[in-house]
Amino acid sequence: MLKISKLTVTVDGKTILNGLDLEVGPGEVHAIMGPNGSGKSTLANVIAGREGYQVTGGSVSFLGQDLLSLAPEKRAREGVFLAFQYPVEIPGVANVYLLKEAVNATRQHRGEEKLDAMDFLKLVREKLKLLQMKEEFLYRSVNEGFSGGEKKRNEIFQMAMLEPRLAVLDETDSGLDIDALKVVAGGVNALRSPDRSVILVTHYQRLLDYIVPDRVHVLAGGRIVRSGDKRLALELEAQGYGWVESDPSAVSAA
Amino acid sequence: MSQGAANVAAYVAAQREQAPALPAFGTPSLDASRAQALESLCQLGLPSQRDEDWKYTSTRAITRAAFTPAVAGAPCPGEFVSQTTIDGLDAWRLVFADGFWQPELSLLDDLPKGVQISGLGQSLGSEPQRIAALLGSALGQTPHGFIAMNSAFIGDGALIEIAPDTRVDKPIELLFISGCSGEGFLSLPRNLVVMGAGSQATVIERHVSLADERLLSNSVSELILADNASLNYQGVQQVAPRGFHVGGMFARLGRSARLQATTVTMSGALVRNDALVNLDDEGGFASLDGLYLAFGRSHVDNHTHITHNAPHCVSREHYKGVLGDRGHAVFHGRIVVQPGAQKTDSVQNNQNLLLSADAEIDTKPQLEIYADDVKCAHGATVGQLDETAVFYLMSRGIDRQAARRMLTQAFAADVLNRIELPALRSYLEAQAVQRLSPEQVRESES
Repeated sequence: MLKISKLTVTVDGKTILNGLDLEVGPGEVHAIMGPNGSGKSTLANVIAGREGYQVTGGSVSFLGQDLLSLAPEKRAREGVFLAFQYPVEIPGVANVYLLKEAVNATRQHRGEEKLDAMDFLKLVREKLKLLQMKEEFLYRSVNEGFSGGEKKRNEIFQMAMLEPRLAVLDETDSGLDIDALKVVAGGVNALRSPDRSVILVTHYQRLLDYIVPDRVHVLAGGRIVRSGDKRLALELEAQGYGWVESDPSAVSAA
Repeated sequence: MSQGAANVAAYVAAQREQAPALPAFGTPSLDASRAQALESLCQLGLPSQRDEDWKYTSTRAITRAAFTPAVAGAPCPGEFVSQTTIDGLDAWRLVFADGFWQPELSLLDDLPKGVQISGLGQSLGSEPQRIAALLGSALGQTPHGFIAMNSAFIGDGALIEIAPDTRVDKPIELLFISGCSGEGFLSLPRNLVVMGAGSQATVIERHVSLADERLLSNSVSELILADNASLNYQGVQQVAPRGFHVGGMFARLGRSARLQATTVTMSGALVRNDALVNLDDEGGFASLDGLYLAFGRSHVDNHTHITHNAPHCVSREHYKGVLGDRGHAVFHGRIVVQPGAQKTDSVQNNQNLLLSADAEIDTKPQLEIYADDVKCAHGATVGQLDETAVFYLMSRGIDRQAARRMLTQAFAADVLNRIELPALRSYLEAQAVQRLSPEQVRESES
């Protein structure tokens, strides 16, 4: 599904990712953990194609294509989805309008017909139910005046509507209370399927109690320094990230 | 005659020639006020950038060659009127060709009791003294030469009188069509809206061009609101790319009267809107909203002047502009709080979206406060599209141009959403969408 090789990225001349390797197979859920400033969000943004990140080396291949050569909207239409760490408020653009444009852009890209109003509404209702959201929400402006939890829930709702092949969730758990976390996790779990992969970028282990990952990676100094199964997350929770920063031998051993 | 007079000689001569044929000529008070306005026009001349209130707006394109004041009788194609109609708008309608009322194109059947709508010229003919006494009463002083010119030529326009405690349940649309006499003509409509105590009405004042020619419309509307009267006043300018429009809205509000005005400027080579509101008694409320689009080489100038003359009045201003290409816009918002106008509550807000590096905005808030217990706030912003929001939309599969367009329309929709009439709102939304087409929101090469 996704193969990242020796990826090096700089921001304003500063190296943030430094030879990162990562491979995510179809249907797999990978968690990327690491201390603040380790490059987790940079990785998420580079995959989505945000401006301001200079890729100075390495490659990213998505379903056999060179992902880095595609414009952000093309990546989205090919099936890459980024749930933003800080979802953007867009006054005056109703949620339903954004969703309709987005869903139809992707359908057109695939050579499918645009959804008519009836089918679209049917799809919307089904997904609203999944995220336990009310219909009135559709007619509110995108993220405007939403609480932190509502914004994160909206990201997962959009993901459910767009049915991506690869979803990158950038700190979707931060700022969520436990009930909201369960709803969001429930939404993600419902979308797990053999042909959909998920990358969870998170600082805390808590989310992984609800979305159980196949693989856990520790990102530090711009590289994956350790990988393991879900038990690695528990270990990190117990020990903190101190060892990553203080013990270079642990890094090289990994 | 002062230095300003040079650019008005042709208009002064035309007025002297036309005056005996103007409606109610020979009515002493009206003759006197026209003569006085003509004198003001001679003294003031047409404004130039030397005038503080016209600092950012050059009138040279208007003054370089004089326009000919239109006379009654130019034909107005009924076909054009039906094309220009707002879908789904159930309204009483008055149509004007170069400022002159066209009864046969108007819809005034079954006017309810207490509602009088007619051409001003006709009413001046039948009740010269009474109408002449009302004219000019909302005007106060004459702010510039264009207004003086309009007053010197008072002849036709719309007269709307609503009896006390009468609620008009359908909007009244005034449709002004310029260009019926051909290129180079000037129309000078004068409108008067008299709202009796406790009355309620919605009026739409639309200015459109018959063809893309060098035309000028110079229109003045006086709105007189008695105690507790409530008026929605929707101004729309859809002026041709080569057309000019100078419009003035002058309102006087009695005790607890409400004025909700919206001014939407879609197009025009030069559009200048003056909105002057006097809050004369306690509890008055005035809200002025505006949306202006300036593309190509369009120049749009909104000049608002709200005076709080009494305590406990509220004023709100919310103007937004979208500028692209070499578009230029001006917003000058003046708020005066007179001595004794305590507990004034006034908020003014002007936001501008610049889509190209060559577009220009001059925004100037001006607060003059002579009372000590007031709440006045103002703010102005000038910005470009939020790149974070553009990326957010792109990350959902929407291409860059579509994302920019979506955000631009959302910016403009904020003002249109405040319009209460659904048919007018959807019409203006569609017009704005058309104006904000992909070419208009494209990025300029940098």
